[in-house]
Amino acid sequence: MRLSFENINKGLVIKLDGELDHHTAEEIRDEIDREIEHYGAKNIIFDLSGMNFMDSSGIGVIIGRYKKVSKMGGEVAVVNINSRVERIFKMSGLFNIVKRFESKTQAVDSL
Amino acid sequence: MSIQNHMRLEFLSKSQNEAFARVVVASFAAQLDPTIEELADVKTAVSEAVTNAIIHGYEDKIGNVIIECSIQDNKIEIMIIDHGKGIDDVEEARQPLYTSKPELERSGMGFTVMETFMDEVEIQSLKDVGTKIRMVKRFESR
Repeated sequence: MRLSFENINKGLVIKLDGELDHHTAEEIRDEIDREIEHYGAKNIIFDLSGMNFMDSSGIGVIIGRYKKVSKMGGEVAVVNINSRVERIFKMSGLFNIVKRFESKTQAVDSL
Repeated sequence: MSIQNHMRLEFLSKSQNEAFARVVVASFAAQLDPTIEELADVKTAVSEAVTNAIIHGYEDKIGNVIIECSIQDNKIEIMIIDHGKGIDDVEEARQPLYTSKPELERSGMGFTVMETFMDEVEIQSLKDVGTKIRMVKRFESR
């Protein structure tokens, strides 16, 4: 799993490339939290265009980051979600707390 | 009906092996000519079951996880077995959002994902003996 970060206007875009399971979730969780703190990010946007596998461990990662930013009044969004990952999001009710946009610029402007 | 193909895989309960396990099972299932979608269903369900064995079966200890797969006509039966601590209450564990480890950011959706993506899911568990998850998937494309 590769991570890349882009800071746009108080919004942190986190691009996840690879497979998100329990093993990779453990690897990326702390790094994401460090970057959120480093940038003082209010909102975070997950760009999932390069994520080719996710199981329920990914749900935990998203909920964990939601809890972190929502405490400070921030929001979580996703862009470029594929149909597989979308199914898992729907199954777990993640779209009740995570907004979904067509592009990262649209997400940054709307949050 | 007789079993047409069978395989057995055994590996240490290390989280690095979650990806290994789901790729091996998907490769074995590929001989049934599944669709990409069906294969992704199997991969996701195997990932959930193996993760359960590693996190909940063995917790901080290292043990062996065994996978046995059998092919019969258009269906694959997958058993994921650990000799870990077992599940106290299987019915409770199957409930969506139930997790015994909320502090680890576990979503509690593992069994729900398995049940959604597979045609059959059965769990047998005995305290301090281990857990066996049996899952079946029928490939409709055949």
